[in-house]
Amino acid sequence: MSDALNRRSFLGLTGAAGLAALTGCGSGGEAAAQPRQGGRLRAVYAGGGAKEVLDPHVQSLFVDIARHKAMYEKLVELGPDLKPVPRLAEKWEHDAQATTWRFTLRDATFHDGKKLTSEDVLYSLARIADPAVPERVAQSSLATLDLRRSKAIDARTVELVLSAPNAEFPALLAGIGTQIVRDGFKDPTKPIGTGAFRFVSFDAGRSLVASRYDDYWDEPARIEELHILSAESEARANAVQGGQAEYANDMTATFARTAEAGKTVRIVAAKASTMQAFVMKVDRPPFDNPDVRMAFKLLADRQRLVDVVLAGRGAVGNDLFGKGYQYYPADLPQRERNVEEAKALLKKAGVLNQEIEFLTADASAGFVEAATLFAEQVAEAGVKLKVTTGSSQTYAKDLLTKGAIGNHRSGAMPIPQYITDRLLTKSPFNVTHWRRPAFDSGFAAAQVLTDETARSTKYGELQQTLRDDGGIIAWGHPDYLVAVSAKVQGVAAVPPNTLDSGRFDKVWLA
Amino acid sequence: MRSYAAQRAALALVQLAVLSVLVFVLTALLPGDAAEMRFTETLTPERISRMRTQLGLDQPALERFGHWFGNVLTGDLGTSLISGGPVADIIRHSVGATLVLTLATLAVVVPLAVVLGIVMGTRENGRLDRAITSVTLALSAIPDFVIAVLLVAVFSLKLGWLPATWVGGDLLASPALLILPVAVLFGRTVCLLSRQVRAGTISALQAEYVVQARRLGVPRRQLLLRHVLPNAAVPGVQELARTGDTLLGGVLVVEAIFAIPGFATALVDGVETRDVPVVQGLTLVLAVAALVINLAADLVCNRLVPRTELLR
Repeated sequence: MSDALNRRSFLGLTGAAGLAALTGCGSGGEAAAQPRQGGRLRAVYAGGGAKEVLDPHVQSLFVDIARHKAMYEKLVELGPDLKPVPRLAEKWEHDAQATTWRFTLRDATFHDGKKLTSEDVLYSLARIADPAVPERVAQSSLATLDLRRSKAIDARTVELVLSAPNAEFPALLAGIGTQIVRDGFKDPTKPIGTGAFRFVSFDAGRSLVASRYDDYWDEPARIEELHILSAESEARANAVQGGQAEYANDMTATFARTAEAGKTVRIVAAKASTMQAFVMKVDRPPFDNPDVRMAFKLLADRQRLVDVVLAGRGAVGNDLFGKGYQYYPADLPQRERNVEEAKALLKKAGVLNQEIEFLTADASAGFVEAATLFAEQVAEAGVKLKVTTGSSQTYAKDLLTKGAIGNHRSGAMPIPQYITDRLLTKSPFNVTHWRRPAFDSGFAAAQVLTDETARSTKYGELQQTLRDDGGIIAWGHPDYLVAVSAKVQGVAAVPPNTLDSGRFDKVWLA
Repeated sequence: MRSYAAQRAALALVQLAVLSVLVFVLTALLPGDAAEMRFTETLTPERISRMRTQLGLDQPALERFGHWFGNVLTGDLGTSLISGGPVADIIRHSVGATLVLTLATLAVVVPLAVVLGIVMGTRENGRLDRAITSVTLALSAIPDFVIAVLLVAVFSLKLGWLPATWVGGDLLASPALLILPVAVLFGRTVCLLSRQVRAGTISALQAEYVVQARRLGVPRRQLLLRHVLPNAAVPGVQELARTGDTLLGGVLVVEAIFAIPGFATALVDGVETRDVPVVQGLTLVLAVAALVINLAADLVCNRLVPRTELLR
């Protein structure tokens, strides 16, 4: 674990060094070193049209998450290695079983002047759990929270009780859709949070305008006014290059190359932040045979996939999610390509010269390209992969039930959460159909271990099983690219969904 | 004339009804529904199906259509399956940008096309005629997204004169936002329109009454404005009605490229999220607009040249 941490902090450091070098080169070096107050920042994210919402508990789009983050906060957030860090809760402790948790709240104030109390926390959690509103996203992850037994100890201490022990509970409180709203919050169109910006206006599919909240408990924002706008990739590129926006989220490698050639835009890259993979269903032929799964893993030319599909902006994968995150087993050897061994395995399994369908779709950048390139790579061992392109809009859902092999990508989240969502018998998004009672019980046993080192070892063993026997060929970890105009300072190179991603209160305009 | 208008209106109602059925069937044929489109890595399939029940998407298609149609007859366009807000609000909200864009384009293209058409028509096969023909033909031959990308690359990114996108902009504060989109739409429509005026001018110039007027010594200016133009304008006005349709196709592309939050954007969003009531509502409004424009064009032609037959 400490390895992962070191790696992340090292990356953070190099990012800071790069920033310092840049400001040093600029004409306003003196001014940039001293954060400047004031100004307006316009940030553009991929839009969701009418799907965009103001209710922080039904967020799912990056643009919504960024908007809500400006106005609302969570008890816990995730650090750059996806490890829980305190936010509205300044500290927490648990009993020996990790069933009863006490969170101490920070001295924070809502935008309407009311102090944050335990009642706000309990109200927020009850609002999330309301079964009448299925779109409240954190419902499933917080299903073991027993609200009837949870209570306020005093104004700034809240006791949360779980129906089953879980040492990862703080990470669940840092998940998507877990913001703390004010007690009695009913109308999402009138946002009142504790965040660094207060609500001014919202127009679904277009914009959110927010202004600096001067009584913010943390250091108040430097910028005066924040606009978070929606636009597709091309328009984001044009906006940030044309000076109509200062920050463009989630940019392509192609754009990064063009932008870096010019002077107006700078790219902030969070190295190897997400995952690109091929997923095989372990209960469908030919992938129900572990030899075939291993053969396919051995056939992937990872470096070439990274070079071609990600234009070199990423790192090769080791068939595991979460490179660089807390609990990632960095000591496992990197899987290398071995066509001969793969051939032998395929021969043994009797699938040489067989045609297998690969279900892909233009659902995410690089999916079709990766599928096509991989088909060429496995062809070298005498297996024909027939690439079929499905509907991009329903692909994520289709792949849960259709096809034997397809594309998969995942954003940043803690490794235990990824496993809970995708790799347990009852997981709702178990795209590889990995259903192993022994794995389930092993994971359950690890999650209740209160000793972090012991837990980490156990998770490491489970991940090794996945790497060698599972259905995920994690071939690459793309960099997460943000484009900022040259005058923007203070943007951290961190994975999405972490505390410092989209931290517009820390940004300033030089 | 009045009975003619009534006849056309009745026909229009039938057309609208048929269109609604078509749109409903087509959106139903698309894979997935509104509940499924909200599928993300945070919403489980089980919760999606609960949502489907809440949205009434588990009802038979015929029943859903009947419900919608009944509401439309009472003037209620229903509510969006995605935002939960009234469809009428979405229409009201998105119509402005598109209307401004269309009117601005027409304000530029109509006078220019008429002038160009007359210039070309009066110099049939002359050097100027050929030059204008080549340019306008080239403009309509190049796909509009290519023109748009080129214009953005040159005037926004290279020279920095004009805004590249509506993102982060405000039309009232910077009307320059209109220039590039209008230029693209102009390129798309100017050719056909000016060709029609040109053809009309040529045939009018050759008409007996113009020849006679010329023999009588009517001054050239008066001849063109009083005798040639009204006749030459007839194919132009009819073309203008069709331009409405062309513009609509163009607006779709232009709104996407310049990130303009207009009608086309709302329509594309609606289709992508399978928000059937929104798609139905928007197409209905567009169809009504197209019918009204075509009817108006016919009536205008009848005023210009009363001998034009109305019902063909």
